[in-house]
Amino acid sequence: MAQITLIEGVTMALARAMEEDPSVVVLGEDVGVNGGVFRATAGLHQRFGDDRVIDTPLAEVMIAGMSVGAASQGIKPVAEAQFCGFTMPMVDHIMCHAGRMRNRTRGRLSCPMVLRFPSGGGIHAPEHHSESPEALFAHMPGVRVVIPSSPSRAYGLMLAAIRDPDPVIFMEPKRIYRWQKEDVVDDGEELPLDVCYTLRDGEDITLVTWGSMIKETMQAADELESQGVSVEVIDVATVSPLDMDTIIESVERTGRCVIIQEAPKHCGVASEIAAGLADAGIWHLHAPVKRVCGYDVIMPLYRNEMKYMPSAKRIVHAAQQVLEVS
Amino acid sequence: MAQTVAAFKVDYFQFLKPDGKLVEDQQVPSLARDYDRLVELYKLMVLTRTFDKKAVALQRTGKLGTYASCLGHEAAHVSIGAAMREEDCFAPMYREYGAQFYRGVKMSEVLMYWGGDERGNNFSGPKHDFAWCVPIATQCLHAAGAALAYKLRGEERVAVSVVGDGGSSKGDFLEAINAGSAWKLPLVLVIVNNQWAISVPRKKQNTAATLAQKGIAGGLPSIQVDGNDLIACLWAMDKAVNAARAGKGAFVIEMMTYRLSDHTTADDARRYRPNDEVEDAWDKEPLKRLKAYLIGQGAWSEEQEASLLEECSQWVQQAADEYVDQVENNPQGVTAMFDYMFAELPHDLEAQRAYAEQFPEDGGHH
Repeated sequence: MAQITLIEGVTMALARAMEEDPSVVVLGEDVGVNGGVFRATAGLHQRFGDDRVIDTPLAEVMIAGMSVGAASQGIKPVAEAQFCGFTMPMVDHIMCHAGRMRNRTRGRLSCPMVLRFPSGGGIHAPEHHSESPEALFAHMPGVRVVIPSSPSRAYGLMLAAIRDPDPVIFMEPKRIYRWQKEDVVDDGEELPLDVCYTLRDGEDITLVTWGSMIKETMQAADELESQGVSVEVIDVATVSPLDMDTIIESVERTGRCVIIQEAPKHCGVASEIAAGLADAGIWHLHAPVKRVCGYDVIMPLYRNEMKYMPSAKRIVHAAQQVLEVS
Repeated sequence: MAQTVAAFKVDYFQFLKPDGKLVEDQQVPSLARDYDRLVELYKLMVLTRTFDKKAVALQRTGKLGTYASCLGHEAAHVSIGAAMREEDCFAPMYREYGAQFYRGVKMSEVLMYWGGDERGNNFSGPKHDFAWCVPIATQCLHAAGAALAYKLRGEERVAVSVVGDGGSSKGDFLEAINAGSAWKLPLVLVIVNNQWAISVPRKKQNTAATLAQKGIAGGLPSIQVDGNDLIACLWAMDKAVNAARAGKGAFVIEMMTYRLSDHTTADDARRYRPNDEVEDAWDKEPLKRLKAYLIGQGAWSEEQEASLLEECSQWVQQAADEYVDQVENNPQGVTAMFDYMFAELPHDLEAQRAYAEQFPEDGGHH
């Protein structure tokens, strides 16, 4: 057993998947000799060689388009986009091809690819390096969107994503790449996709989040607990498709819910969860559902990025508003 | 027998050799004798390098975010700025400071941008110039669009964009070539080929003998020059910009240079790049040869060099002080992220801004 970080969980899963399945191929910009700009593919090139760890020309459309093509012909591409902002040219291939391949050929072809990339802000990165575009991908039919928030979930969910027969967008919350270490056994055991993970049991309020917002949400939960509030925390983990059952089951007990996301508020995954609660959980709610989100603005450059992001204080503030309703 | 339906060649131009001597076997442009002009541009190259060193130092001491160095690209970049008129439009990528300084962008503004403050993008250069462009090669199409606008409006203006050897692999760049050719646009596309796209060497982008030939494939006149030779770079830029302004259409120039620095301060090129290659590249860098040439022609001296270096250090220090003063003593507040979202702030953003103002102290933690 090894104490590893979230990013090391990604690396360990990639190595494991490549070891057990010769059709798994890693490709992207600087993923080879350099081992990725965040080191997510460190050591893979030395271990698996040029044919399976491919430094591509600098062309994101090509990376996405060729992954679609290779995936439909027996290869399992795990493509890296270097940063979230650079996935935008890839959208054409994900939206118009990857997500549609199985459906439009009535199952004759499929597209078992993974597109993985670091997302989110908070590391003093330059422009276009700090966005959280999960809602954009979550809106695409036929595509899974997975976001791990711990080393063990990075490992287990990445293995599941690679083994999944359909396209998976795997967004890595880079602010917590090296935040916590955890004992993770490299046993090839995957974790289930399409389900939420309950990180803390509580009775008074449910905090729902994913990705690096886990950090602020847990801080807020600690603060609320110190005020005598019993807090349940749910990590959504797969934001599309959504496991509303776990969230509704929790809200049945707590009657109160705050959803926290780093992405802009408008049309975000938090809104989808709130809509799900309005639809199927409304009779259990004692108070309005609140969303604590990034603002509907361009992600500020780094000097103001933390002012954009939901803070533990903003989460506590929203939770208190929800708790005050009798 | 096959009939040749088209044949191509790519010409390479170098006028000033690494040893500071002019090439002997070909005609050298009159620019090579315009010492006042060359001294002016040499000074800007030295200032650019002094600035670059300071910016890296600021990053290393935690006063600046990730910074993309321009070390080794000074001749290429300065020539681009020098060939353009103020009314022309520059669509940079993100390290062409030499071109931008020529066009009036302040050093403190470059620092503001990499220092995480949007005000750096509202720079003092021509107000119609584009801001720095991190998404690779997208700026080529913006320049093509600008060129189309000037053509439609009947204005004698030229749009100039820069892309790297890596960026030349992107569709955006090839599409800009195609548009420039299809519509005979007043557009100049410069490939500043510094041999490395972060860790990926030029030869791994593709096996084409030159990148300039991508322009030829699209129907544009395209040449390759020694990107460390200011005279060749500026001669080529003048030729391309003048042709574009005269309505003769778009042009591609590949400037062969070398990235002497890491990709950015977040990169460590020692992981993937052989050191002897970098040492060889230092022998060919652009400042040394121009200085040697100008001294050889009696147009420059070691005394002038010493006082220039002193002046540049002072200017750069002043710029750094201005930058630090701005971001520390006059920072943008939380509302700054709302104020330029739309011409007029929509009501829902007004509400979000009011909410944000309740948490003014947020952001001090990481």
